[in-house]
Amino acid sequence: MSPVNYLYLAALLFAIGSTGVLIRRNAIVVFMCIELMLNACNLALVTFSRMHGNLDGQIIAFFTMVVAAAEVVVGLAIIVSLFRSRHSASVDDASLMKL
Amino acid sequence: MENLIALLVAAPLLGAAVLLCGGRRLDRSGHWIGTLLAVASFAVGVLLFADMLGKDAEHRALHQSLFSWIPVEGFQADVAFQLDQLSMTFVLLITGVGSLIHVYSIGYMEHDERRRRFFGYLNLFLAAMLLLVIADNYLLLYVGWEGVGLASYLLIGFWQHKPSAATAAKKAFLVNRVGDMGLSIAIMLMFTTFGTFAFGPVLESTGETSEGMLTAIGLLLLLAACGKSAQVPLQSWLGDAMEGPTPVSALIHAATMVTAGVYLITRSGAIFNAAPDAQLAVVIVGAVTLLFGAIVGCAKDDIKKALAGSTMSQIGYMILAAGLGPIGYAFAIMHLVTHGFFKAGLFLGAGSVMHGMNDEVDMRKYGGLRKYMPVTFVTFGLGYLAIIGFPGLSGFWSKDKIIEAAFAYDDGIRGWIFGGVALLGAGITAFYMTRVMIMTFFGEKRWQPDESGNEPHPHESPKSMTIPMIVLAFGSVFAGGLFSLNESFVKWLEPVTQFEHPHPVISVPAITASTVVVLLLGAALAYVMYGRKPVPVTAPRGSLLTRAARRDLLQDDLNHVVLVRGGEHLTRSLVYVDHTMVDGVVNGTAAGFGGLSGRMRKMQNGFARSYAVSMFGGTAILIAATLLMRAV
Amino acid sequence: MSTLAAYATSSGEALQFWVLGTVAVIGALATVFMKKAVHSALCLAGTMIILAVFYLANGAYFLGIVQVVVYTGAIMMLFLFVVMLVGVTAADSLKETIKGQRWLAALCGLGFAVLLVGGIGNASLKEFNGLAQANSAGNTEGLAALIFTKYVFAFEITGALLITAAVGAMVLTHRERTERAKTQRELAEERVREGKHLPPLPAPGVYARHNAVDIAGLLPDGTPSELTVNKTLRDRGQIRDVSSEALNDLKALEQRSDERLGRSGDAASSTDDAASGDKKEAAK
Repeated sequence: MSPVNYLYLAALLFAIGSTGVLIRRNAIVVFMCIELMLNACNLALVTFSRMHGNLDGQIIAFFTMVVAAAEVVVGLAIIVSLFRSRHSASVDDASLMKL
Repeated sequence: MENLIALLVAAPLLGAAVLLCGGRRLDRSGHWIGTLLAVASFAVGVLLFADMLGKDAEHRALHQSLFSWIPVEGFQADVAFQLDQLSMTFVLLITGVGSLIHVYSIGYMEHDERRRRFFGYLNLFLAAMLLLVIADNYLLLYVGWEGVGLASYLLIGFWQHKPSAATAAKKAFLVNRVGDMGLSIAIMLMFTTFGTFAFGPVLESTGETSEGMLTAIGLLLLLAACGKSAQVPLQSWLGDAMEGPTPVSALIHAATMVTAGVYLITRSGAIFNAAPDAQLAVVIVGAVTLLFGAIVGCAKDDIKKALAGSTMSQIGYMILAAGLGPIGYAFAIMHLVTHGFFKAGLFLGAGSVMHGMNDEVDMRKYGGLRKYMPVTFVTFGLGYLAIIGFPGLSGFWSKDKIIEAAFAYDDGIRGWIFGGVALLGAGITAFYMTRVMIMTFFGEKRWQPDESGNEPHPHESPKSMTIPMIVLAFGSVFAGGLFSLNESFVKWLEPVTQFEHPHPVISVPAITASTVVVLLLGAALAYVMYGRKPVPVTAPRGSLLTRAARRDLLQDDLNHVVLVRGGEHLTRSLVYVDHTMVDGVVNGTAAGFGGLSGRMRKMQNGFARSYAVSMFGGTAILIAATLLMRAV
Repeated sequence: MSTLAAYATSSGEALQFWVLGTVAVIGALATVFMKKAVHSALCLAGTMIILAVFYLANGAYFLGIVQVVVYTGAIMMLFLFVVMLVGVTAADSLKETIKGQRWLAALCGLGFAVLLVGGIGNASLKEFNGLAQANSAGNTEGLAALIFTKYVFAFEITGALLITAAVGAMVLTHRERTERAKTQRELAEERVREGKHLPPLPAPGVYARHNAVDIAGLLPDGTPSELTVNKTLRDRGQIRDVSSEALNDLKALEQRSDERLGRSGDAASSTDDAASGDKKEAAK
């Protein structure tokens, strides 16, 4: 089996995650789908690292994880405060930009 | 002495301000204040005149600079006055005749509750006209020019409760605006050409300017003169202006307003001298108006309108003379002054007749008034003899000179044409003035009770009205002879207007003789038509020419067809174009954008997920494009 | 370990890939399509653990462990906490409210997947070096060497980012009290002014047989009142309507008492017949 298959898997997971972002209304689930997309990227980076024979890809994946952690902290805080003020975690409720 | 010049304007201006701002507490004394200030202005004029006579001819012009009005780099307009012989003549005429008319108005307007306001307007009129004639630059002249227009509007429409008066005032104002436009454009051209407005620099530098530009300026000045002086084709307002009180008519026709055009052309003589084409246009306008006014005067039964036609005709003489150049300027002004005397006298006489006849103006309802108003009859009669040019009286001296000058226009056919027209005009003048005289003062009495049963009781007017008439009658009789004695008037004006002796195509005694013959013929014809048989109270239908002349030779109809109808059609077509094409494009664009944005708006539903789809789809398309580029 | 660095992977790894890969995709799909946020979170955690295994298989031992500890251990638990905080909302419904959104999303996702797969398929990925050399001194040591030399600035900045994120979260969730807390008296007056539910809410149903709090109490006319049930249960739609159940129970009770009292009746006689029949059989 060629390791390229890992890349195909990453692409598939990324597409599934993005579709989830588009169709789910619960902000938490949307956020989870974003995490799924990040993980798909990480898988691709790790695979690249293996294919090229150096560890830079893994380093970048590591940084991605750190950034994702920071993002989760802030994002969940936003969701919580949003829920406090609007009593809803639906992304559609925050449609104030509508004319 | 120079410092007194401003007083000429300041006195009547002060009067106007006091009377118009003073309110009702001046109702009982207002007319005296107005008259006093007009007389004061006249006194200042006389003082300056006496001073001027004491100097030698070349150093008579006075100059007074009040203040810098619009000081801009390259554009200097000063409020400065210039009083030379030409201005002096006008000042004396305006203030003198104006003061007499003020005195006359005291009696004439006695029963009008708005008399104070009337005198305020009269003073304003005098002030504007004086500013016009003593300004030392065209811009200040323009201020006076517009002031005259405003004052005439206020006075013609003084009885504003009459719709006809209000309309006449508006008409006068509007027609004058056409002429004003000409003057304002002429002033702008002067500024671009000469870089200044002052009379001195402009008139001295005509030699260095192209003839085309001078012709353009000259024609625009002529347009301005046509508006103010009621010359063809802008004469239509003059007849309707008779809706104003009679003293106003006298003031407009004798001393102010209509003389402004003659003044303008004479003052700008240097420009016209250097532009023969413009001069020819002036002469033609004068000649046409001369006949036009005379013919209109023949047909009118309204005494004031007949006199208005006469004014138009006489001003035509002046414009004709002014167009002749140095051979005519002096005579134009001389005729203007003598005309000022006898026309003011005639109008005041007409006003006196109306005063005694319950404000009836139809001459067919007069008749035989000489027995009832002897003073009016005598003064009016002397004015009549003067205007027809009866030998020895004022009109004879001035008009005969103009006819001579017209014959001297050139050696060829033009001299004959213009001379002939002037001569013919003299005959028609004699005809229509004799007609007015006979219908008013001779024959049977024809007045009848009006609708409410009040039969007029003709009576002589009060002293305040007859004295000005007597004074003016003296002027009508003697002024011309006095001016012609030793050619004193021509010599007086010569430093300003230049003078050349005319050389007519036929000899001078022959012209004088034929003038006398023509006027006798005209008078005799009028006597045959109106003196030998009774005058019908209702006007006969008359010939085609008579009917046309009664309608001011169809001037209003022409204006209506050409300007009103034409304007309406132009406006309608423009409105159509505006609605269909301009609005179509604008509205179409707006509707297009509106529809488009309505559709676009639906995409902006405010849902973050919809925007995310757009972003994601866009990314997908970008990747597809990149891959496609790599594949190709 | 050396097999991982080979040009092609071992057949064992291939088997592991196909089995776990399928599970990972199913987990991802379940994350997207599960109705309840808790289920989505659990499915996502499963997918992440599988990804951790794949990291290990790809020679990224450090990352594999970090994935399990940080992602599944910390981040996903954070998610679960928030899910509990936020609770169940209408947002959980999978019914689409924006017209065409689902089709557009599906089209975009599918198109994107096709493009990515196509792009990867087209790319020249012949190079395959393996990590044998890079991992020779140990994977963690190799990473450490890179982080503290080549990527040291990025690493430091990441630390700053984490601190900022922590502060940001505190700021976002902190609520400053802008007005004085209401006293009990004020609260009572407010309730009187609003004029609703002055007395305490009514108690739930009385059939205390199991979790009785989810049974609506009956109003005097016999209809259930939802007000008596806890708001959370109301929102979840977990109210049990026992009115029909109660009636049935009542009927059964009456029937039993009839039996015991030996009353005659159509229904009673038939049961008696059946019962006597049973007794006969038992006797035989």
